[in-house]
Amino acid sequence: MESGLVLNIQRYSIHDGPGIRTTVFLKGCPLTCWWCPNPESQCAGREVIVVETRCVRCGRCREVCPVEQLPAPGGDGVRAAPAACTLCGACVEACPTGAAQMAGTAMTAAEVIAEVRRDRIFYDESGGGVTISGGEPLMQPAFVKALLKACRAGGIATAVDTSGYGSREQLLEIAKLTDLFLYDIKLMDPASHASYTGASNEGILDNLRALGQVHSNIWVRIPLVPGINDSPAELDAAAELIRQIKGVQQVNLLAYHDTAAHKFERLGRPYRVSDISAPTPWQMDQAAERMRKFGLNVKTGG
Amino acid sequence: MTERTKRLRQESLDAAPVLTAERAVLMTEFYQANEGKYSVPVMRARSFMHLCRNKAIWLGDEELIVGERGPRPKVVPTYPELTCHSSEDLRILDTRPKTSYGVSDECIKAYEEKVIPYWRGRSMRDRIFPALPAQWLAAYEAGLFTEFMEQRAPGHTVLDDKIYRKGLLGFKRDIAESMASLDWLSDHDAHSKREQLAAMDISCDALILFARRHAELALDMAAEEKDPARKAELKRIADVCSHVPANAPRDFHEALQYYWFCHLAVITELNGWDAFSPGHLDQHLLGFYNKGIADGSLTPEAARELVEAFFVKFNNHPAPPKVGVTAAESGTYTDFANINIGGLLADGSDGSNEISHMLLDVVEDMHLLQPSNNVQLSAKSPDALLTAALKVIRKGYGLPSVFNADAVVQEQLRQGKTLADARAGGCSGCVETGAFGKEAYILTGYFNMPKVLELALHDGVDPRTGKQLGPRTGPAGSFASFDDLFAAFRKQMSHFIDVKMRGNHIIEHMYATMMPAPFLSVITDDCIKSGKDYNSGGARYNNSYIQFVGIGSLTDSLTAISKAAFDDKSVGLAELVAALDADFAGNEQLRQRLVNRMPKYGNDDDYADAIMVRAFEMLFDEVDGRPNGKGGCYRIEMLPTTVHVYFGSVTGAAADGRKARLPLSEGISPVQGADRKGPTAVVRSAGKMDHLKTGGALLNMKFTPSLLADQAGLEKLAHLVRGYFKMDGHHMQFNVVKAEALREAQAHPETHRDLIVRVAGYSDYFCDLSVELQEEIITRTEHAAF
Repeated sequence: MESGLVLNIQRYSIHDGPGIRTTVFLKGCPLTCWWCPNPESQCAGREVIVVETRCVRCGRCREVCPVEQLPAPGGDGVRAAPAACTLCGACVEACPTGAAQMAGTAMTAAEVIAEVRRDRIFYDESGGGVTISGGEPLMQPAFVKALLKACRAGGIATAVDTSGYGSREQLLEIAKLTDLFLYDIKLMDPASHASYTGASNEGILDNLRALGQVHSNIWVRIPLVPGINDSPAELDAAAELIRQIKGVQQVNLLAYHDTAAHKFERLGRPYRVSDISAPTPWQMDQAAERMRKFGLNVKTGG
Repeated sequence: MTERTKRLRQESLDAAPVLTAERAVLMTEFYQANEGKYSVPVMRARSFMHLCRNKAIWLGDEELIVGERGPRPKVVPTYPELTCHSSEDLRILDTRPKTSYGVSDECIKAYEEKVIPYWRGRSMRDRIFPALPAQWLAAYEAGLFTEFMEQRAPGHTVLDDKIYRKGLLGFKRDIAESMASLDWLSDHDAHSKREQLAAMDISCDALILFARRHAELALDMAAEEKDPARKAELKRIADVCSHVPANAPRDFHEALQYYWFCHLAVITELNGWDAFSPGHLDQHLLGFYNKGIADGSLTPEAARELVEAFFVKFNNHPAPPKVGVTAAESGTYTDFANINIGGLLADGSDGSNEISHMLLDVVEDMHLLQPSNNVQLSAKSPDALLTAALKVIRKGYGLPSVFNADAVVQEQLRQGKTLADARAGGCSGCVETGAFGKEAYILTGYFNMPKVLELALHDGVDPRTGKQLGPRTGPAGSFASFDDLFAAFRKQMSHFIDVKMRGNHIIEHMYATMMPAPFLSVITDDCIKSGKDYNSGGARYNNSYIQFVGIGSLTDSLTAISKAAFDDKSVGLAELVAALDADFAGNEQLRQRLVNRMPKYGNDDDYADAIMVRAFEMLFDEVDGRPNGKGGCYRIEMLPTTVHVYFGSVTGAAADGRKARLPLSEGISPVQGADRKGPTAVVRSAGKMDHLKTGGALLNMKFTPSLLADQAGLEKLAHLVRGYFKMDGHHMQFNVVKAEALREAQAHPETHRDLIVRVAGYSDYFCDLSVELQEEIITRTEHAAF
């Protein structure tokens, strides 16, 4: 049985494709986008994270940790996982509030599907289904294929939400099992893409072209981050590319929001777009209008 | 809203509820002068006639639908024959910070000089408590259950379509026929039936007289009126009130006015729970509407204005003030009149129509506290009906609530009603299912399940008082398994259900013999045919309900015990109970673990949900089908009104991590904040309960406005509702408001007086709620967009 590393299974997802959906977030992503809404999904292994708002500073985690020295009596403050953490999970098990969490659970495809099936009545009612997201699904292709096959066998509609960064061969195989692609384009300018996401966009855009040849139901999603990818040149370049890909049915402009700032902090990583504010509805509409001039079906929001 | 409606609405909103001794004084005079002359039902009917003949009547500027229970809008009478307020009670009503009623010195004087000297010791409340067994009183005082009829009469009923086809003169003919066919030779009840029927006959005359007084007043006012348009309206009102309720209505206006007179009669004759309701108003009005449009006598605008005027009338009638525990279980001005929209026709086809949408528009436009409104959604109902309802819901007034019309039919079929009667039925009050116009479905009281678990963990002793209330089922340490504990819990439940029912039978008999409701009997099938009163089994169907409260809290507590004390053995049960007794003092880690690390109901977690189902099936087995004293059966319902706050206040800390005295979960909703997997998981958990075995189960969901801002959000919510109803879910209601907005209202009530939120089966002004209830509503999980 295929198994994979799952970050979270989110039910009543209503912004990841049509209808009421269950989104399966996989762990691990090759990109490190500055604005990533789920930075805890980036690392391809398990991680201990501490949700500071739930921590009551009881110190149980330190008491049970085999790596860390016991704290001085009366020690307070939220504990971060020690650098030499062995991921034994003792602190997670001991934490009374659930503040200490293991990000990433190894699950078999059958386990995931059992969870996905729970909301089947709502998929049927709403035309929804499952969305495999990440992280980056292409990092766990065998697992993704197993999930998609099982969904297909059970009559559950499938969507894959991808950054497009990964093996083209795997992407095209996955395409055979996928009803809908949510395909992200972050930036068109190669240099900017590299600096803001940590990787080249060349493969991503080539993969999109290849996918567009074989798959007829692609929604391109662009997270609109003011000052980074909302310039006329960026929007026009994206629109010009998308216009040429026949499998693209619509473009969704997603408004950047800064709710992930505290997550970066929790992971001890810098949040490098803290000075950027969310685009106004007017900015969103302007960008959508601009792209519509290329004959695209552009929507704002999920 | 028309300009006229705006003014009438504003007047209704601005008027503060005030108490009047008018009814109390008239009743006292009548009883003093006539005590002992007549049989009980005739005495009741004649006293009703006395009220209809002598009470001050009101016809306000610009009104179209007329008639008030008090001398003017928002003035509330009292019912000393049911509850005789003391001067102290009246002063408290005048000065209490929440849901107060203005009480004048004259009112207190009238009470001290006339009302109290006669009714003290004669009122139902004064006679009921001494008649109840000590065991009942001890359990009642401990907060194991409440009792609806200790200060208000049996009610909870709804009218069907009969008045739209027949005037009271027609009902009088039916009464005469029934009287003529009495079997004086072999029916030993013939005399009591004759008295009952004579009382019904008098009550018809009384209401006809009451309407004629309005007709005369309207004519007098028309004679004085300078404005020709208003003069014509007053003449029209006089014409309407001369025709109905004596005769069947001829048009839309008369149909509404006839219902309103019946409404006033029911809520004046006695102070029944949940006032009274018109039922499927859209279905009842459609024929009159179509006829008026076709013959040119009515325009859609005029019809709508009449409906608006009708709505204002409901809002003019705050609930009569409650006292004691009952004020805590239902602390609100709302009197639970509830209009059904949509539903099914007698032939099983979709019952929604043009008027359904008009009613929803009026609800949205006027957003009044009363009347409540609900949409009866069948699989056959068009999506347009649900979408229209959700568009009103997203405004955040908590209205309308949404019911599963197909489940409502099935619930009634299971109870043995005919298909036609079940389809003509619907929901009233909060979420209660009934056969409209044919059933006395009496709610007898709320039942505190988490408190019973507390007793089961303390060998039948109430830890709050140290009193042995229940049977000795063994101390916590004596249970070797979860099954042992559950058996003890069941034994305690069974015991207190028996205690409650014994009390019910006494109170039921007292109402049957001492406090009949002749007018309500006229309009409830088959009271005329059987010659029996609504309160003594005259209705076609007679179900009595016990409403169980706190299934979420109970489930999470049992689940935590099962998991921590018996599966994982991470804490012994005796040790756990000791921590509860100390309200978790020095044991916060344990409490946190119980709150955060245990399976919880509301997350589609099979472990917790199986325990919920086990508890639910147990109480169903203990209650359903047991006979009441009126030829009907006991049934269960799962709803709380506001009693989960009171019940929490008498219940100690619990194994779900709830600290002592805090509110319990409400309805069948999860414990506040325990549902962490989103709305589909909540609905799936709730759907594992077999709702068809209940007469109503209340599920509250809270959404932020952003989730419903666009069409796609609305559609997805519609799918959520449809999915739940496919699982036989009974009811769903929504609070669409942000927690910040509620906090803001809490801080500045003066500028948020109009903020209406869904509480539990009804909506209420947020600022009128107790601080505890406000906190509780804020804590309910807010389902934000993901």
